[in-house]
Amino acid sequence: MTERSLLVGPFNRVEGDLEIRLEIKDGRVAQAYANSPMFRGFEIMMLGKSPMDALTITPRICGICSISQSAAASAALGSMAGLPPATQGALAAAIMHGVENLCDHLTHFNLFFCADFARAAYAGRPWHDRAVTRFTAMEGSAVRACVEARAQILHIVGLLGGKWPHTLAIQPGGVTRAPTARDRIRMTSTLAAFRRYLEGTLFGAPIEDFAGLTRAADLTGWTLGDAGLFMEIAEDLGLADMGHGSGRFLSFGAYPLPEGRAFAAGTWDNGTLGAVDTAEIREDLSHAWMLGEARHPTEGRTDPDEDMQAPAYSWCKAPRLAGRTVETGALARQVIDGHPVARDLAAGGANVRARVAGRLLEIARTQILLEGWVAALQTDAPFITDVALPDAGSGEGLVEAARGALGHWIKVEKGRIAGYQIVAPTTWNFSPRDTAGTPGPVEAALEGAPVGPGEETPLSVQHIVRSFDPCMVCTVH
Amino acid sequence: MNILWLQSAGCGGCTMSLLCAESPGVLDLLRDAGLSFLWHPALSEQTGAEVRALLAGIEDGSQTLDILCVEGSILTGPKGTGRFQMLSGTGRSMLDWVRSLAPLAEQVVAVGTCATYGGMTSAGGNPAGAVGLQYDGSYPGGALPADFRARSGMPVINVAGCPTHPDWVTETLLLIAGGEMSHDALDALGRPLFYAEHLVHHACPKNEFYEYKASAEKPGQLGCMMEHMGCVGTQAVGDCNIRGWNGGSCCTRAGYACINCTAPEFEEPHHPFTETPKFAGIPVGLPSDMPKAWFMALASLSKAATPKRLAENAVADRIEVPPTLRTGRK
Repeated sequence: MTERSLLVGPFNRVEGDLEIRLEIKDGRVAQAYANSPMFRGFEIMMLGKSPMDALTITPRICGICSISQSAAASAALGSMAGLPPATQGALAAAIMHGVENLCDHLTHFNLFFCADFARAAYAGRPWHDRAVTRFTAMEGSAVRACVEARAQILHIVGLLGGKWPHTLAIQPGGVTRAPTARDRIRMTSTLAAFRRYLEGTLFGAPIEDFAGLTRAADLTGWTLGDAGLFMEIAEDLGLADMGHGSGRFLSFGAYPLPEGRAFAAGTWDNGTLGAVDTAEIREDLSHAWMLGEARHPTEGRTDPDEDMQAPAYSWCKAPRLAGRTVETGALARQVIDGHPVARDLAAGGANVRARVAGRLLEIARTQILLEGWVAALQTDAPFITDVALPDAGSGEGLVEAARGALGHWIKVEKGRIAGYQIVAPTTWNFSPRDTAGTPGPVEAALEGAPVGPGEETPLSVQHIVRSFDPCMVCTVH
Repeated sequence: MNILWLQSAGCGGCTMSLLCAESPGVLDLLRDAGLSFLWHPALSEQTGAEVRALLAGIEDGSQTLDILCVEGSILTGPKGTGRFQMLSGTGRSMLDWVRSLAPLAEQVVAVGTCATYGGMTSAGGNPAGAVGLQYDGSYPGGALPADFRARSGMPVINVAGCPTHPDWVTETLLLIAGGEMSHDALDALGRPLFYAEHLVHHACPKNEFYEYKASAEKPGQLGCMMEHMGCVGTQAVGDCNIRGWNGGSCCTRAGYACINCTAPEFEEPHHPFTETPKFAGIPVGLPSDMPKAWFMALASLSKAATPKRLAENAVADRIEVPPTLRTGRK
């Protein structure tokens, strides 16, 4: 029996700071510890401020999920006021949010995840030359095409929201700019160009063909475009047998519109669909450098332990739903929304291939949603209504960021913020252990990962960690 | 020239914004100027041990460092240790790394208002002890002392903005690569003048409303946002309305206030961001370089002279009254 420890960091091509400690036995990860090593304290900063300032401050938690944070803050304020946004304002906000999520998935696939397949360590694999051509960091043709296409589709956020990231356009009552017919046709054209990019590079076929697949075997047998290249690599490297999840998923439901959420809210427990009850959330602090007791976010506090005492090993709190870990993200959303391929892929729980495939499915579906939403914009309707906030109250804002379920909980007293708690997607996925010693989702997924004798930064660990697309700046905030 | 890019305590949004550079995109822009990344946390292949080896090489002098870009504030807490941000895998704080690497770089560039002055990370009592690289808010001296100079003899170049416009970053790097970055190219707060010599107010499409003090009263209305909505575009440096963001827009074009995100301490305006503080009903902040008495006189005169078209459009969400057409002379 051989044993050793590894400290993996700086862990790049994830958003923000991540350090993974690995205990290795007999060539496999026996235990993994995910450390979120950066604490800024946004929840503390918010105290005493005007509630509306949340719209300026919270998007700046994260430069990649900025609109998600903005939408969650706006939803929390709106729920406190008890008023929905203007119908068309909600639609415009969904368009901006959908573009951000689409960009995040593409950035992950092309810039963050697939770059590892171009590594020299994989030389000699039948697909390696093609992976080098397409995915080499900063040089690959897929990487460069993605950067160009992404910059162009973000013109839609420019038109509706002024800039990306950190727009202040999304408000509890709607959005601050009413688009004109001219804006709508520009957005239609931008989306048409983006469809051409997706069909020409990522899918190699009409988007509807990919989104309309019905069995996991159809998707894993997909041979076209970069999606096909990924499926070939995933098959060869056994990515479906790597990074297993618990089979428990959470989604708050994406894109709240008057007719309902475009991707459904729910929980999934190994084949059983359930409703989300946010009252069952607790943030456990036993292994976080945080003082205090496990609490629901409405009663939550953020009090960092400046002495960073053991057994804690991360600034990340450990959220649990009814006492258990859940995984969140695009795969969770597609499973809960009922996409047959996602359900088929995740039948045995999540894995590296299924997580990436979940994003690819969602890219296709989101493009289709965006085209419909832009076509539905009524350029003579109001895009914002008056929303007066009460001097005291509380609100809950639940949205889906690219990486999964994002919640904001606000409490206001005498017109000032008296409590503000945020539970971000990667807070769920990269949480440390809880009081019972149960590892967080990524920690559990890493157990059993193969580690070669000379590996200092094991490739399997990199694939598993990046398959979650962690956003570490959101995680601790 | 090579670039080492570190992400300290920020949101990563300046890198995300950088990727929005166009015509050409950021990868071509930098390559064409002979700039390449030694390492970038979001873009490079190397991770873990490979990065530690690279950093060790810079520290022992075997690897030359041309440009150090730092994105994000530097955390000094808790208790001055910097342990609120440890550079993962190294057992050392980012504060320690930055102090070690900055003197080794030919040029040091602070990317974004967190890295320049502390920024949003230092808001609300500054729980993590965030400072900028060479400033703590508007005061010289941050993670690096006020008299810090990079190998070139230059202080930290402060590309402030929350986020930074992609072109502000690429053009700063291109000016460095072209040997055209000097003290004279920076304003008194270390910001490149090519964008800091403009005000956000310049080329704002609400300027005609501003001229007549025809003001928006609620979010979504077209009028000038200075009087009621918290807009400080007349005082904020930046060429946002001249250059345009993400295809040509910007904050004021999208109907919300300029919050002066290129400035030190923008994160604590001492009033709600989207409300204008007033004294006796008059906005407290004046446009840059405008004598108060003249501003008051001109404002009251122009307000009295506001054309009906502007008065009506100012409180509408779309143009209700188009400009009157001149009739022909024949």
